[in-house]
Amino acid sequence: MHQEMSAIRTRKALRADLAQVVEIDRQATGLAKPAYWTGILRRYGRGARRRFLVAEGDGRILGYIVGEVRDWEFGSPPCGWVFGLGVRPQSREAGIATAMLAAISAAFRRQGVATVRTLIARDNRLVLSFFRSQGMMAAPVIPLEKEIG
Amino acid sequence: MRLQKNTLLALYSMLEFAAQPARQLSVAEIAARLRVSPHHLAKVLRALGRVRLLDSVRGARGGYRFAANARRVTLMDVIGLFEDVGARAPRARRAPRAAEQALAQVLAEIDQTARATFGSVTLDTMLKLIERRGTG
Repeated sequence: MHQEMSAIRTRKALRADLAQVVEIDRQATGLAKPAYWTGILRRYGRGARRRFLVAEGDGRILGYIVGEVRDWEFGSPPCGWVFGLGVRPQSREAGIATAMLAAISAAFRRQGVATVRTLIARDNRLVLSFFRSQGMMAAPVIPLEKEIG
Repeated sequence: MRLQKNTLLALYSMLEFAAQPARQLSVAEIAARLRVSPHHLAKVLRALGRVRLLDSVRGARGGYRFAANARRVTLMDVIGLFEDVGARAPRARRAPRAAEQALAQVLAEIDQTARATFGSVTLDTMLKLIERRGTG
Protein backbone atom coordinates (compact mmCIF):
# COMPACT_ATOMS: atom_id res chain seq x y z
CA MET A 1 0.00 0.00 0.00
CA HIS A 2 1.61 3.25 -1.05
CA GLN A 3 1.10 6.57 0.62
CA GLU A 4 -0.52 9.53 -1.07
CA MET A 5 1.93 12.33 -1.50
CA SER A 6 2.40 15.79 -2.86
CA ALA A 7 4.42 16.57 -6.00
CA ILE A 8 7.65 14.68 -6.47
CA ARG A 9 10.74 16.66 -7.41
CA THR A 10 13.97 15.12 -8.72
CA ARG A 11 17.23 16.94 -8.17
CA LYS A 12 20.94 16.33 -7.66
CA ALA A 13 21.82 14.63 -4.41
CA LEU A 14 23.40 16.71 -1.65
CA ARG A 15 25.51 15.75 1.35
CA ALA A 16 22.50 16.46 3.59
CA ASP A 17 20.54 13.73 1.74
CA LEU A 18 23.04 10.95 2.38
CA ALA A 19 21.63 9.67 5.68
CA GLN A 20 18.23 9.13 4.06
CA VAL A 21 19.77 7.52 0.98
CA VAL A 22 21.75 5.15 3.20
CA GLU A 23 18.54 4.24 5.02
CA ILE A 24 16.58 3.59 1.81
CA ASP A 25 19.43 1.39 0.55
CA ARG A 26 19.60 -0.42 3.90
CA GLN A 27 15.89 -1.18 3.77
CA ALA A 28 16.36 -2.82 0.36
CA THR A 29 19.66 -4.63 0.91
CA GLY A 30 19.84 -5.11 4.66
CA LEU A 31 23.23 -3.37 4.76
CA ALA A 32 23.97 0.22 5.80
CA LYS A 33 26.87 1.52 3.68
CA PRO A 34 27.54 5.16 4.64
CA ALA A 35 31.15 5.15 3.37
CA TYR A 36 30.05 3.76 0.01
CA TRP A 37 27.40 6.45 -0.43
CA THR A 38 29.81 9.19 0.61
CA GLY A 39 32.09 7.94 -2.17
CA ILE A 40 29.21 7.83 -4.64
CA LEU A 41 28.33 11.45 -3.84
CA ARG A 42 31.98 12.48 -4.28
CA ARG A 43 32.31 10.71 -7.64
CA TYR A 44 28.81 11.02 -9.10
CA GLY A 45 27.40 14.12 -7.41
CA ARG A 46 28.90 16.46 -10.00
CA GLY A 47 29.88 16.48 -13.65
CA ALA A 48 27.78 16.33 -16.78
CA ARG A 49 28.26 12.63 -17.49
CA ARG A 50 27.67 11.32 -13.99
CA ARG A 51 24.41 11.59 -12.13
CA PHE A 52 23.37 10.95 -8.54
CA LEU A 53 19.77 12.13 -8.26
CA VAL A 54 17.21 11.98 -5.50
CA ALA A 55 13.43 12.26 -5.51
CA GLU A 56 12.01 14.56 -2.90
CA GLY A 57 8.43 14.77 -1.69
CA ASP A 58 6.63 15.58 1.53
CA GLY A 59 9.86 17.20 2.75
CA ARG A 60 11.96 14.06 2.63
CA ILE A 61 13.98 11.89 0.29
CA LEU A 62 11.79 9.19 -1.26
CA GLY A 63 14.30 7.58 -3.59
CA TYR A 64 17.61 7.79 -5.39
CA ILE A 65 19.11 6.86 -8.75
CA VAL A 66 22.75 6.73 -9.83
CA GLY A 67 24.26 6.38 -13.27
CA GLU A 68 26.77 7.61 -15.80
CA VAL A 69 27.56 7.75 -19.49
CA ARG A 70 30.08 5.06 -20.45
CA ASP A 71 31.96 5.13 -23.72
CA TRP A 72 33.00 2.36 -26.05
CA GLU A 73 32.97 -0.54 -23.62
CA PHE A 74 34.06 -3.45 -25.82
CA GLY A 75 33.14 -1.34 -28.82
CA SER A 76 29.67 -0.39 -27.55
CA PRO A 77 28.77 3.22 -28.53
CA PRO A 78 28.37 5.68 -25.63
CA CYS A 79 25.44 4.68 -23.53
CA GLY A 80 23.81 5.69 -20.25
CA TRP A 81 24.19 3.20 -17.41
CA VAL A 82 21.98 3.10 -14.32
CA PHE A 83 23.65 1.15 -11.55
CA GLY A 84 21.71 2.17 -8.46
CA LEU A 85 18.02 2.68 -7.79
CA GLY A 86 16.03 2.68 -4.58
CA VAL A 87 12.63 3.87 -3.35
CA ARG A 88 11.25 3.90 0.19
CA PRO A 89 9.06 0.78 0.53
CA GLN A 90 6.06 2.79 1.73
CA SER A 91 6.40 5.17 -1.25
CA ARG A 92 6.39 2.55 -3.99
CA GLU A 93 3.90 2.48 -6.86
CA ALA A 94 3.64 6.26 -6.78
CA GLY A 95 5.70 6.97 -9.87
CA ILE A 96 8.89 7.89 -8.01
CA ALA A 97 11.23 5.47 -9.79
CA THR A 98 9.56 6.36 -13.09
CA ALA A 99 10.22 10.06 -12.47
CA MET A 100 13.86 9.42 -11.49
CA LEU A 101 14.50 7.19 -14.53
CA ALA A 102 12.97 9.87 -16.77
CA ALA A 103 15.20 12.53 -15.18
CA ILE A 104 18.42 10.55 -15.52
CA SER A 105 17.49 9.50 -19.07
CA ALA A 106 16.97 13.17 -19.97
CA ALA A 107 20.41 13.96 -18.54
CA PHE A 108 21.96 11.14 -20.59
CA ARG A 109 20.17 12.36 -23.69
CA ARG A 110 21.66 15.82 -23.20
CA GLN A 111 25.05 14.10 -23.35
CA GLY A 112 24.18 12.75 -26.76
CA VAL A 113 23.41 9.13 -25.90
CA ALA A 114 20.33 7.35 -27.17
CA THR A 115 20.35 4.21 -25.03
CA VAL A 116 20.07 3.54 -21.33
CA ARG A 117 21.19 0.24 -19.79
CA THR A 118 21.28 -1.40 -16.45
CA LEU A 119 22.46 -4.65 -14.88
CA ILE A 120 20.38 -6.38 -12.22
CA ALA A 121 20.60 -9.67 -10.38
CA ARG A 122 18.14 -12.05 -12.02
CA ASP A 123 16.48 -12.83 -8.68
CA ASN A 124 15.76 -9.13 -8.03
CA ARG A 125 12.24 -9.35 -9.40
CA LEU A 126 11.08 -6.04 -7.97
CA VAL A 127 13.68 -3.88 -9.71
CA LEU A 128 13.79 -6.07 -12.81
CA SER A 129 10.00 -5.78 -13.21
CA PHE A 130 10.21 -2.03 -12.78
CA PHE A 131 12.74 -1.61 -15.59
CA ARG A 132 10.71 -3.97 -17.77
CA SER A 133 7.62 -1.85 -17.12
CA GLN A 134 9.57 1.11 -18.45
CA GLY A 135 10.04 -0.62 -21.77
CA MET A 136 13.57 -1.90 -21.19
CA MET A 137 14.41 -5.14 -22.99
CA ALA A 138 17.41 -7.47 -22.90
CA ALA A 139 20.53 -5.68 -24.12
CA PRO A 140 22.76 -7.27 -26.76
CA VAL A 141 25.35 -8.07 -24.09
CA ILE A 142 25.91 -11.03 -21.79
CA PRO A 143 27.18 -10.48 -18.26
CA LEU A 144 29.90 -12.93 -17.32
CA GLU A 145 31.79 -13.61 -14.11
CA LYS A 146 34.31 -16.00 -12.61
CA GLU A 147 35.44 -16.88 -9.12
CA ILE A 148 38.96 -15.52 -8.69
CA GLY A 149 39.28 -15.69 -4.92
CA MET B 1 12.68 -21.23 -26.72
CA ARG B 2 9.33 -22.83 -27.37
CA LEU B 3 6.33 -22.92 -25.12
CA GLN B 4 3.69 -25.62 -25.22
CA LYS B 5 0.34 -24.94 -26.88
CA ASN B 6 -1.64 -24.82 -23.62
CA THR B 7 0.89 -22.41 -22.11
CA LEU B 8 0.56 -20.08 -25.08
CA LEU B 9 -3.23 -20.27 -24.92
CA ALA B 10 -3.12 -19.42 -21.22
CA LEU B 11 -0.85 -16.43 -21.85
CA TYR B 12 -2.91 -15.08 -24.75
CA SER B 13 -6.11 -15.59 -22.75
CA MET B 14 -4.73 -13.80 -19.69
CA LEU B 15 -3.71 -10.89 -21.90
CA GLU B 16 -7.21 -10.74 -23.41
CA PHE B 17 -8.73 -10.63 -19.93
CA ALA B 18 -6.15 -8.20 -18.54
CA ALA B 19 -6.80 -5.78 -21.41
CA GLN B 20 -10.44 -5.47 -20.30
CA PRO B 21 -10.42 -6.45 -16.64
CA ALA B 22 -13.98 -5.41 -15.84
CA ARG B 23 -15.49 -7.40 -18.67
CA GLN B 24 -16.80 -10.93 -18.46
CA LEU B 25 -15.81 -13.00 -21.49
CA SER B 26 -17.18 -16.37 -22.51
CA VAL B 27 -15.02 -19.31 -23.51
CA ALA B 28 -16.51 -19.07 -27.01
CA GLU B 29 -15.54 -15.40 -27.36
CA ILE B 30 -11.92 -15.98 -26.35
CA ALA B 31 -11.73 -19.16 -28.45
CA ALA B 32 -12.95 -17.24 -31.50
CA ARG B 33 -10.36 -14.52 -30.97
CA LEU B 34 -7.57 -17.04 -30.53
CA ARG B 35 -8.93 -19.28 -33.30
CA VAL B 36 -8.90 -22.45 -31.19
CA SER B 37 -11.49 -24.99 -30.16
CA PRO B 38 -13.65 -23.84 -27.20
CA HIS B 39 -13.41 -27.34 -25.76
CA HIS B 40 -9.63 -27.18 -25.64
CA LEU B 41 -9.57 -23.62 -24.32
CA ALA B 42 -12.08 -24.43 -21.58
CA LYS B 43 -9.55 -26.74 -19.92
CA VAL B 44 -6.91 -24.01 -19.95
CA LEU B 45 -9.28 -21.41 -18.50
CA ARG B 46 -10.39 -23.84 -15.79
CA ALA B 47 -6.75 -24.18 -14.76
CA LEU B 48 -6.42 -20.39 -14.58
CA GLY B 49 -9.64 -20.21 -12.58
CA ARG B 50 -8.43 -22.81 -10.09
CA VAL B 51 -5.52 -20.57 -9.07
CA ARG B 52 -7.77 -17.49 -8.96
CA LEU B 53 -6.17 -15.66 -11.85
CA LEU B 54 -9.66 -15.70 -13.35
CA ASP B 55 -13.07 -15.72 -11.66
CA SER B 56 -15.53 -18.10 -13.22
CA VAL B 57 -19.14 -17.05 -13.62
CA ARG B 58 -21.49 -20.00 -13.87
CA GLY B 59 -24.73 -20.28 -15.80
CA ALA B 60 -25.98 -19.99 -19.36
CA ARG B 61 -24.37 -16.56 -19.68
CA GLY B 62 -21.34 -17.68 -17.78
CA GLY B 63 -17.74 -17.06 -18.55
CA TYR B 64 -14.66 -15.69 -16.89
CA ARG B 65 -13.49 -12.38 -15.55
CA PHE B 66 -9.96 -11.17 -14.78
CA ALA B 67 -9.24 -11.63 -11.07
CA ALA B 68 -5.54 -10.86 -10.81
CA ASN B 69 -3.33 -7.80 -10.41
CA ALA B 70 -1.85 -7.18 -13.85
CA ARG B 71 1.03 -5.25 -12.32
CA ARG B 72 1.97 -8.20 -10.13
CA VAL B 73 1.29 -11.33 -12.18
CA THR B 74 4.25 -12.24 -14.36
CA LEU B 75 4.49 -14.44 -17.44
CA MET B 76 6.29 -16.98 -15.23
CA ASP B 77 3.29 -17.14 -12.87
CA VAL B 78 1.17 -18.28 -15.82
CA ILE B 79 3.75 -20.43 -17.59
CA GLY B 80 4.60 -22.26 -14.37
CA LEU B 81 1.03 -23.58 -14.19
CA PHE B 82 1.44 -25.48 -17.43
CA GLU B 83 5.06 -26.41 -17.81
CA ASP B 84 8.39 -26.51 -16.09
CA VAL B 85 10.73 -24.03 -17.71
CA GLY B 86 14.14 -25.46 -17.22
CA ALA B 87 13.61 -29.17 -16.93
CA ARG B 88 16.08 -29.83 -19.70
CA ALA B 89 18.61 -32.53 -19.03
CA PRO B 90 21.14 -33.86 -21.48
CA ARG B 91 20.00 -37.13 -22.98
CA ALA B 92 23.28 -38.14 -24.55
CA ARG B 93 23.65 -41.31 -22.52
CA ARG B 94 26.86 -42.27 -24.27
CA ALA B 95 28.50 -38.93 -23.61
CA PRO B 96 31.24 -38.96 -21.03
CA ARG B 97 29.91 -37.91 -17.63
CA ALA B 98 32.06 -34.79 -17.44
CA ALA B 99 30.78 -33.62 -20.84
CA GLU B 100 27.22 -34.30 -19.71
CA GLN B 101 27.75 -32.21 -16.60
CA ALA B 102 29.36 -29.40 -18.54
CA LEU B 103 26.49 -29.30 -21.02
CA ALA B 104 23.98 -29.41 -18.16
CA GLN B 105 25.71 -26.38 -16.66
CA VAL B 106 25.35 -24.39 -19.89
CA LEU B 107 21.70 -25.44 -20.31
CA ALA B 108 21.01 -24.48 -16.70
CA GLU B 109 22.42 -21.04 -17.43
CA ILE B 110 20.01 -20.64 -20.34
CA ASP B 111 17.09 -21.87 -18.24
CA GLN B 112 17.89 -19.48 -15.39
CA THR B 113 17.92 -16.58 -17.81
CA ALA B 114 14.61 -17.72 -19.33
CA ARG B 115 13.00 -18.00 -15.88
CA ALA B 116 14.31 -14.58 -14.84
CA THR B 117 13.01 -13.03 -18.06
CA PHE B 118 9.54 -14.57 -17.72
CA GLY B 119 9.53 -13.70 -14.03
CA SER B 120 10.24 -10.03 -14.65
CA VAL B 121 7.62 -9.32 -17.29
CA THR B 122 4.18 -8.61 -15.84
CA LEU B 123 0.91 -8.77 -17.74
CA ASP B 124 0.75 -4.98 -17.48
CA THR B 125 4.17 -4.68 -19.11
CA MET B 126 3.04 -7.07 -21.85
CA LEU B 127 -0.03 -4.92 -22.52
CA LYS B 128 2.23 -1.89 -22.92
CA LEU B 129 4.48 -3.86 -25.28
CA ILE B 130 1.47 -4.91 -27.34
CA GLU B 131 0.25 -1.32 -27.48
CA ARG B 132 3.65 -0.10 -28.65
CA ARG B 133 3.74 -2.74 -31.36
CA GLY B 134 0.25 -1.71 -32.40
CA THR B 135 -0.84 -5.28 -32.98
CA GLY B 136 -3.33 -5.46 -30.09
